[in-house]
Amino acid sequence: MKRRDFLGGVSAAGVASALSAPALLTVAGRAAAQGNDIPVGLLFSLTGAVAVVESTLHDAALMAIEEINAAGGVHGMQLRPIIEDPASDPATYADRARRLMIRDKCVSVFGSYTSASRQAVLPVTEQRNNLYWYPTLYEGRECSRNVMYGGAVPNQQQDELIPWAIENFGPRFYMIGNNYVYPKEENNYCKTLLAKYGGEVVHEEYVPLGHSDFSSVINRIRAEGPNVIFATVVGDSDVAFARQYHAAELDPAKMPVISLTRSEVEVKAIGGDAAAGHFSSAPYFMGTQTPENERFVESYKARFGGDQVTHFVSEAAYFQVYQFKAALEKLDPANITPELIRDAAVGITLNAPQGEVLIDENLHTHLWPKIGQWQSNGQAEVVVQSSNRVAPLPYAAYEGQRCTGQGLVEG
Amino acid sequence: MDAILNQIFAGLSMASILLMIALGLAIIYGAMGVINLAHGEFVMLGAYAAWAIQTYTGMSIIMALPFVFVAVALVGWLIEKIIVQRLYHRPLDTILATWGIGIILQQTVRLLVGAESRFVKGPEFLSGNTQIGGLIMSNYRLFVIFFSLAVLAGTWALMTRTEFGMKLRAVIQNRQISECYGIEAKNIYSVTFAYGAGLAGIAGALITPLFSTIPTMGTGLVVDAFLVVIVGGLGSILGAASAAVLIGEATALFSMLFNDTLGRIAVLAGIIVLIRFRPRGLFPSNTRR
Repeated sequence: MKRRDFLGGVSAAGVASALSAPALLTVAGRAAAQGNDIPVGLLFSLTGAVAVVESTLHDAALMAIEEINAAGGVHGMQLRPIIEDPASDPATYADRARRLMIRDKCVSVFGSYTSASRQAVLPVTEQRNNLYWYPTLYEGRECSRNVMYGGAVPNQQQDELIPWAIENFGPRFYMIGNNYVYPKEENNYCKTLLAKYGGEVVHEEYVPLGHSDFSSVINRIRAEGPNVIFATVVGDSDVAFARQYHAAELDPAKMPVISLTRSEVEVKAIGGDAAAGHFSSAPYFMGTQTPENERFVESYKARFGGDQVTHFVSEAAYFQVYQFKAALEKLDPANITPELIRDAAVGITLNAPQGEVLIDENLHTHLWPKIGQWQSNGQAEVVVQSSNRVAPLPYAAYEGQRCTGQGLVEG
Repeated sequence: MDAILNQIFAGLSMASILLMIALGLAIIYGAMGVINLAHGEFVMLGAYAAWAIQTYTGMSIIMALPFVFVAVALVGWLIEKIIVQRLYHRPLDTILATWGIGIILQQTVRLLVGAESRFVKGPEFLSGNTQIGGLIMSNYRLFVIFFSLAVLAGTWALMTRTEFGMKLRAVIQNRQISECYGIEAKNIYSVTFAYGAGLAGIAGALITPLFSTIPTMGTGLVVDAFLVVIVGGLGSILGAASAAVLIGEATALFSMLFNDTLGRIAVLAGIIVLIRFRPRGLFPSNTRR
């Protein structure tokens, strides 16, 4: 090693440790609300690759906070939103989460769209014993006592969907997804349901994230002739897939794409004509007819523009703030800590835009699954509405494991 | 058999898109030795230009192509005049500069237009399929294949049959001597850069009905374009065309045998092996630099 390199390395290490010193010194102070407002962290990317979706979650959550403040706050205290932009980078999520929980003493942080960013924040949240409110549907198989999961887990999206699809279209499923954990876990669970209801997988494949040419996939679909395309393709890949599927003139009446990930956001980019006739399974669609949803959609459009859409993740980002408020109301205003908020939140019911939701003791949410068929105006028409609220089972695909109020239980 | 025919068509379709994207890059690199990392952003600008023209004037993207070409070429021309021209003697700095330009273009679009994916309608008269036996071909993809061939032929004619092309070839061979004969090498370079950018813009407009139009769409495409240029041989138009077909068909073939993820890996591995044995690509140009 050259002397100059060595010195450079030493000084770099020196700078790094100097920078981390202030963080070490503040470990003593725990997050707790003090004074006349309640600090709340918002950790959604406003720049970078996932900003397209996360900025809508940010908008929805911030709108809820401002609505609550306008109505007088909680216990006469205002919620003070502290906004950080993690720029779509998991390491930055962890860093900013630390900043929100330690420096700003937030009693809860709302954030994340992707599982990658949630998992980056998880160790920080658990170490600080803080509370992270995560609004997205996800693959399950997680049971943290420090995360409030507002989105659907596989059993809530699929239990009703799979038998319905087999009955209406047929038993032969073609699975297409992006190559990462969410599609694989969803397909994993789907296969257990297919085995139970007499369906079969004719082909299962995964394309890289951001993949944009689906001609080979479409050729294979045409050759296999399945009854259902079970899609867990996300974001831009889904837009490209849907447009090319439509351009190839595959008929949604005979071979519909049933997606777990396609929302109003993707459909807007796909175009109503190409999306029409296909299905999505989600607890919420923009056209859901409840008084709460009418209010939500109306104020969202009034604030952010008439061409904006609400979707199943922004709805959860919105109602989770109200769940947070309901939990705060049960607490003594002099003693608000993340742990107490979590304990107070369990069992809370709330009229969300999708219907009345309940927080389970495993910190996931009981939801109202729906199956929507996309129309050429870019909206989904709900064709199946679950008759009862469905409990979240994050380990549904794994026999012998259960997520409970005490955390993960084996056997 | 039908499956194979369909897959060959899929490969051709991929090749035509690759060719459209790579051609501009090949010309800019071949003529000027500039590694233009902002090329993907020119493609993105073309897509957004098509979107803007369609949204605000209602014009079909096919009708919009000439306007897209002119608009993106103009952007390319300005960038060449303002930045790239000053860096011809510093090739490594051009890489950094064009990369920076790419970021600036991408973020500008994000700020002005927004980050969400934009919808561009495909042309009505090209919807549907043409079916020959078991071979099913999307009309729009057929159109892109023929259009890319026309652009290839046009570029070839421009390079070999016009006065501009003759001057360009002279400058490529020896800039100093060409200047002695009264050729304004600077202007030739500017026009070439603008032409390359314009071609990228057309490519961007043409892929909008199939792909998702977002500010970051160019980043992945520029990698594919570089693969084509490297395999084809730097600066060779014929090389770029054959490399595009080779890569498109190889991707289609491997995708059929394995799946798209493994297919992509196999193609990249194949390219590594190829440049091990033909480091200058399939059709290296023999000009002196």
